Amino acid sequence: MATLKTLIYLVIYPGLLFLFIYSTFCEWYDRKLYARFQNRMGPTHTGRWGLLQPIADFFKLMAKEDIVPERADKGMFSALPAFGLAIVSTAMLLLPVWNYSLDRPSLTSFNGDIIVLLYLLSLPTFIFFLAGWSSTNLFSTVGAARVLTMLFGYEVPLFLSVLSPAVLANSWRLAEIAAFYRQHPLLILVNLLGFLIALICVQAKLERTPFDIPHAETEIVGGTFTEYSGKKLALFRLMQDVEMVVAAGLLATVFLGGFPGGPLVGLINFVIKTLFVIFFLTLIRATTSRIRVDQVVSFSWKYLAPLAVLQLLIVILVKGLIS
Amino acid sequence: MRFQIPIGPQHPALKEPIGLRITVEGEIIRDADIRLGYNHRGIEKLAEQKTWIQNIYLTERICGICSHSHTTCYVQGVEKLMELQPPKRGLYIRTLVAELERVHSHLLWLGVAGHEAGFDSFFMYTWRDREIVMDILERISGNRVHYGINTIGGVRRDLDELQVKYILDSLEILRKRSEYYKNLGTTEPSFVARLAGVGYLSKEDAIALCAVGPTLRASGVPMDVRKDDPYAVYDEVPFEVCTADTCDVLGRAVVRIKELFQSYNIIEYLLKNLPAGEIAVKAPRRAKPNEVVSRYEAPRGENIHYIKSNGTDKPERLKVRAPTLANYAATIKMLKNGFIADVPLIFAAIDPCICCAERAVAIVDARTGQEKVVPMNILKQISQKISANKERKREAEWPL
Repeated sequence: MATLKTLIYLVIYPGLLFLFIYSTFCEWYDRKLYARFQNRMGPTHTGRWGLLQPIADFFKLMAKEDIVPERADKGMFSALPAFGLAIVSTAMLLLPVWNYSLDRPSLTSFNGDIIVLLYLLSLPTFIFFLAGWSSTNLFSTVGAARVLTMLFGYEVPLFLSVLSPAVLANSWRLAEIAAFYRQHPLLILVNLLGFLIALICVQAKLERTPFDIPHAETEIVGGTFTEYSGKKLALFRLMQDVEMVVAAGLLATVFLGGFPGGPLVGLINFVIKTLFVIFFLTLIRATTSRIRVDQVVSFSWKYLAPLAVLQLLIVILVKGLIS
Repeated sequence: MRFQIPIGPQHPALKEPIGLRITVEGEIIRDADIRLGYNHRGIEKLAEQKTWIQNIYLTERICGICSHSHTTCYVQGVEKLMELQPPKRGLYIRTLVAELERVHSHLLWLGVAGHEAGFDSFFMYTWRDREIVMDILERISGNRVHYGINTIGGVRRDLDELQVKYILDSLEILRKRSEYYKNLGTTEPSFVARLAGVGYLSKEDAIALCAVGPTLRASGVPMDVRKDDPYAVYDEVPFEVCTADTCDVLGRAVVRIKELFQSYNIIEYLLKNLPAGEIAVKAPRRAKPNEVVSRYEAPRGENIHYIKSNGTDKPERLKVRAPTLANYAATIKMLKNGFIADVPLIFAAIDPCICCAERAVAIVDARTGQEKVVPMNILKQISQKISANKERKREAEWPL
């Protein structure tokens, strides 16, 4: 019975199947919003309001010819998409949505899981780098170099801004941080600056405009993904969707008070709050133009990092005041 | 570490085939080389086999954006050869279409610049509003791209009151929208960060390298054929030559936006002062032996047609110098010491129309790098020799 439960947990809900459906829904939501911001219709044809379009895209890519470049590192080249998807799906399990009890730490919710989640969110960046590098295509190589260059910019501000609410909540456990902010809703306002910084950093992590530099199509064609096609590309695209859900979930947990209310209400909370975060991500995407990679690094270290430190200072001061 | 990045002949940043060989060190461009000839269509040769009238429609097809520029340039030259004076009303309508074309070309360019900079929202908005001016052109000529309105000795279609009113009404909307783009394009921080200081071309270089059009004017040189050597009715229309002194891509965008407003003023003036009368005079079938150079300020810069007649109903020689060709030398200068990320922007900033500028093909031996120019029949023989003993490749197979 316990095995069956675990299997259902991993494969159906909240595991792979749910993740697949929800992340493709988020892609649809993102695309539709982006299109409406640009005075376009967005997907309309497949399914009601084009809801099935991302799924159709996924299966179409699955059926396409799969080419591995002659000079690429074949093992690595083929394994990376699966690895990437596995990593972000694992990260999803750590979000405190249904699978935790506050008193009893478990495998999916333990002290320090926020660090593990951040670590698991850093890994996709390396997957992208390796994917680009092992393709041995010129455009991929340039894209891979850009992935790493960008990482030096946004990673530190992201960590600082996501960890400062944890400092205020006095816990390294996501479930406890969320519970703390549910008890003290006013303290959410203290982290407003951090939320902004984290939004920008997550946008950079997800490589969306203005940070879509590693796969800037007008400059370096497909960037890191130039050589990828067929199933592997489909998995990479799914991975990016899941990464978006996980990142939005992380921000919602840390900054917006998590997802209380057990399996059903918790799920509704999860959907509303992640869509709320994705709305802002799409807004940024629609209203900016792509910047240069050197501008990302200087912008991060001139503005984001000092502001993140300021946020940490504010948190420490507030913590001193309330205790 | 230096390595070469091939941009083109097929690349998402390029709408038409051209080869840019870029030598980079990291992200910085050290050298650039432009290779032309992927889109040669033999238009000049074809023109020698067609009559004066047929050639209007041929020259129209040199470019899909500035089609009217090429016909007007050609028609003006032929009118000089035939010693014709088109009636005032015809010239007014010709100028009106020319300015509408400038508006649609500049709006298109703004969108392309937005897209190259990764600002797709800007692209979508400008192209939506470009439809307004396309609709106007359709109302006037029946076509959106190749208007076919010029003829030797005037224009082919007249304007009526309803059309004039429709254009004036649409112009108001365009003015309002352009005002918005002016603010957006020059104040949106991430967009300006991408454009400012990119692709620097000093005033001296711009003159020395014979840059034309908005590229030249953005370097602070107020040179415009419409002012310097007025054709059609530009000598009676009040307008200003727009310049910028930043010498970069932002300057080129600003010049184009300023020109949009000048064009709106010109269109309004033309419509309000439209003289009555005939729109065309009858043209003879032959032209006396002579030669002529015709200049025209296309949206992209100075367009030059050289026409030579030999007394028959066909030209002996038609030479087209499209504005893009004049800007290539300056582009190389602009690309050097820039970032890879700026290549599409710098290249797009000259508003390249690649197939317009294709006047010759060079055959390059891939192994030795030797270049030579060969006539068409020799080229055919070479290709037959190469492919004679080769097996035909099988079609791609369905993967499942």
